[in-house]
Amino acid sequence: MPGSKIMDWHRIRSDFPILDQQVNGHPLVYLDNAASSQKPRAVIETLSLYYERDNSNVHRALHELSNRATEAFEAARKKAAHFIGAASEDEIIFTRGTTEGINLVANTWGTQNLRAGDVILITGMEHHSNIIPWQMLAQRTGATLKYIPVLDDGTLDGEAIETLLTEQVKLFAFVHISNSLGTINPAKELIAKAKALGAVTVLDGAQSAGHMPINVQDLGCDFFVFSGHKMCGPTGIGVLYGRMALLETMPPWHGGGEMILTVTMESSSYKAPPHRFEAGTPNIAGVIGLGAAIDYLQAIGLENIQRHDHNLANYAVQRMGEVPGIRILGPQSGHRGALAAFHLDFAHPHDLVEFANSHGVAMRGGHHCTQPLMKRFKVPGTTRASFYFYNTLEEINRLVEVLLLARKFFT
Amino acid sequence: MLSDDLRDLYQQVILDHSRNPRNSGELPPPCLHAHGDNPSCGDEIDVWVRLSDQGAIEDLKFTGQGCAISQASASMMTQKIKGKSKDEAAAVREDFRRVVMGDGAPANEDALGELILLEGVQKFPQRVKCAMLAWRALEQALEGK
Repeated sequence: MPGSKIMDWHRIRSDFPILDQQVNGHPLVYLDNAASSQKPRAVIETLSLYYERDNSNVHRALHELSNRATEAFEAARKKAAHFIGAASEDEIIFTRGTTEGINLVANTWGTQNLRAGDVILITGMEHHSNIIPWQMLAQRTGATLKYIPVLDDGTLDGEAIETLLTEQVKLFAFVHISNSLGTINPAKELIAKAKALGAVTVLDGAQSAGHMPINVQDLGCDFFVFSGHKMCGPTGIGVLYGRMALLETMPPWHGGGEMILTVTMESSSYKAPPHRFEAGTPNIAGVIGLGAAIDYLQAIGLENIQRHDHNLANYAVQRMGEVPGIRILGPQSGHRGALAAFHLDFAHPHDLVEFANSHGVAMRGGHHCTQPLMKRFKVPGTTRASFYFYNTLEEINRLVEVLLLARKFFT
Repeated sequence: MLSDDLRDLYQQVILDHSRNPRNSGELPPPCLHAHGDNPSCGDEIDVWVRLSDQGAIEDLKFTGQGCAISQASASMMTQKIKGKSKDEAAAVREDFRRVVMGDGAPANEDALGELILLEGVQKFPQRVKCAMLAWRALEQALEGK
């Protein structure tokens, strides 16, 4: 049973060279993981070795370096498929990140299938990257964009779902774990409801991939998107998973090299997925680095990471609750993602982030790219502490200490 | 414990202005009004200005929400600018801009009064827009934009 394994998280933490430093005279406490995670030595070395030994363009050349680069590149596609339980590596499209993956779906499947009168359903807790592409698609096609409201406790309004999820809904896109609330949405259940009505489903896994085991076949989603840099991988690389039956019907988005079979002056024929959607020289090092990140996470075990995340989030919410004047957004119980966004009645988020930074604590303050949600909770912005498995309970203690110091300073 | 830069940024006078903003509220019409915001941080300011028959800034008030720097700057601005002519206000604004951006010496440092306390912003380039928010709104109000 994986639960019985005792994890040495302090040893795992030492895999991350960046964490061992002083910031403004204090040990760095990095709590901005929902924005971008740090990279273990294994990923950094993979990137470095790729550039030192194998760097070359993929797919088209027949020389040794290109063969090695292509092999490592396509091996990473297999790793990504395994990582999210895809039926085939051909369902893995490499993108620049979550945002590009969502835009790809909107601009291919969306443009091809949506008409005036159709409904695109999203939720009130989406990141701007899961709002704007659908707004643009609605404007292009005449479809209507509707939102499932968020309740005070940070969960989706179940009654509203029953009313809003109708046969007019052609596409249902929602976030797996909210980056602002920490809410873990019941993805499998929501997807099953939507599918029963014939909707295509898009699951935004930016905050869930790398934090919990993902199996897209079990979840049942048609599309799943995530970014590499939030799960120990390099920036500028992400994955769009699409069910093959849908990918096969979709037109290309970007045109260029790598994605064609034959080209004449008048027209071209396109490769099958996934290459149809990967025009131009890809982010080869990024893909290979992502593969190394997946290897690294799987060696620790996603169940172990999920359990540790859960412990950190629980402890954080409990300890932070001791700070007078704090209001933590989102679910108050233990079932939440590894982050806590909060409002303090004594300091504005930017003042607090500045203060925390001077004590070596890295957090993020602002609207977290969820402006409609901030409006919903009537806060101009929040401060967010977001955790990953290399964070420690001591660091959460330090965070609370700094919040109490801030209270003294600002009041 | 605290860095000198941070102490300079958040001096007691600045924190006092942010906690107890002076000239807070709206002016009844007729008056000039402008709204300013920093969308990236959510700071918002509304400035109301009443001009005298001679064109001097007879009264000004503000409402807003945001960080200590943006609110303190607005509060201190209203105190400093009240009673000044438009040209005098523009000169103070330019000197204040130089001070918070570290962009050369102010032409008349004495005229800045306690606004000089915000010079700590220089060390925090991302906060310049907080310090300037109310001043941009004032300029827009005076230009009738």
